[in-house]
Amino acid sequence: MDFLGVFIRPEMRGRAIGVAGVLVLLSALVALYIFDFLVVTPPALSATMRDGTAHLTLQTVPTYGHTPDPDWVSYLAEDQQGHWQHTTIYQVPAHTLVTVTLYQFDTATGLRNPFLAQVRGTQGGTAILNGKPFSTLDPDLASHTFTVPDLGISVPLPGVNANAKNPCSAAPCPTSDAHTTITFSFVTPGKGTYHWQCFVPCAAGFYYGFGGPMQTLGWMSGDIEVV
Amino acid sequence: MSASTATGGGGGGSGEPRHGVRILCLWAVFTVIVVPLIIWVVGPHIPPFDRSVQSSDQHNVNVVLLTLAVPIVGMIWVFFGYSIAVFRNRGDEVVDGPPLAGEPRIQITWLAVTTVLVLGLATYGTVGLLGKSKGAGGGQGPSPLSRPAASTHPLQIQVIGQQWLWTFRYPSYGGVETAQLVVPVHRWIEFHVTSLDVIHSFWAIELGVKADAVPGNDNVAFLNATKTGTFQVRCAELCGLWHGHMNSFGKVVSPTAFASWAVAREQQYAAITKDLPPYSTVYYPQPIRRG
Repeated sequence: MDFLGVFIRPEMRGRAIGVAGVLVLLSALVALYIFDFLVVTPPALSATMRDGTAHLTLQTVPTYGHTPDPDWVSYLAEDQQGHWQHTTIYQVPAHTLVTVTLYQFDTATGLRNPFLAQVRGTQGGTAILNGKPFSTLDPDLASHTFTVPDLGISVPLPGVNANAKNPCSAAPCPTSDAHTTITFSFVTPGKGTYHWQCFVPCAAGFYYGFGGPMQTLGWMSGDIEVV
Repeated sequence: MSASTATGGGGGGSGEPRHGVRILCLWAVFTVIVVPLIIWVVGPHIPPFDRSVQSSDQHNVNVVLLTLAVPIVGMIWVFFGYSIAVFRNRGDEVVDGPPLAGEPRIQITWLAVTTVLVLGLATYGTVGLLGKSKGAGGGQGPSPLSRPAASTHPLQIQVIGQQWLWTFRYPSYGGVETAQLVVPVHRWIEFHVTSLDVIHSFWAIELGVKADAVPGNDNVAFLNATKTGTFQVRCAELCGLWHGHMNSFGKVVSPTAFASWAVAREQQYAAITKDLPPYSTVYYPQPIRRG
């Protein structure tokens, strides 16, 4: 028996077919893994343009409340039709002022590194918390951060009162639930993809608070695609 | 292996060519051609070049190792190629080659040469580690064996790794913490590398500094930059989802520019510096676990 020009003795055929079968199976598994890795990337959400400014509206929720991981903390983003989407990939235009409005529904966890309690890289070096500007936050009061290391942008997000009467339990959270509102602006650089993430160890129940949603794309980190 | 018997004593018996001599000649030609190319053509392009005392030391070691390795690899290749070309069975009939026989001179020579090489390189490496590069840019743990003289007044900089960001503290400047690493040229730097969560590895690529960042551990590494310019800082330890993004650019600047930069950072980050924990070689931040 010849296979691809290689002579295979009759008594070895069964073994050869077995080896070939295992190789095909392993290759298929590798291909499936790569395919799965590629398709789980959440969709990109485009910022809404108004008066020459790009607007991103986000919310952070203490528990997503839906499959596949209802207990995980997460970011959500509002699309141009006003619907909340579970994605952390945002598209914004290059060299444009971007204003981010962030509804924060989670309680405080505290920063592992207090250095990130200072607002950086925004217009004026400040952010607005419930209508009042601030530039630093008590590191213990931070619930999350919105940080883009490559752009030098970092905004700490204060948590809501742990004893609030109407905490949000499932996404998307309505603004009638206890929350803080943070807004800030920054100017985008040239085209490119910039990683952003939360730096508060906010993944409840995970080692160092940095497992689960902190290690999975689409929950507490993502990309800013400047196009 | 028919070659062993054929090359034993250089061959030459009963009309057999002197295979050993042939192989040695081929190897000598290969070595004479390739070694100078390695030293003068390839060598200058081997990283991490000469941006610091440490990177120069590593560059020189890389060139020396490659120069010594090439003749050894060359001998194997020449012997392999010669065997394929000369000792190949040319007929259809499948027959065994001549039986193997011991050749003490070759074995002793091989053992002696490799022993001298290994011990020589170990000595060379140890002298390099303890010599002028003071650890060759590697982390030496909390109690370094090789360090610059106290009279050189090394500048302490703490390198803090966390998922997924490097920050740097300057205890000589009020303990200010920054997201960019800036160092003065021609001054000894004493890095204290640690982590707030998992194991990272601080790697200032062009400067030849690499030290593990381990939570609860103070890993000391030394640097003496010899040229100004930018360099890359990366994490060299797979540390989670965004490990590939744990990078930034640092700067080597003149001493006066460094002093100006450090004072400016002190003022810029004064508000947050008061909220930082007191400078320490290690930190145990809370909360360790949430929920």
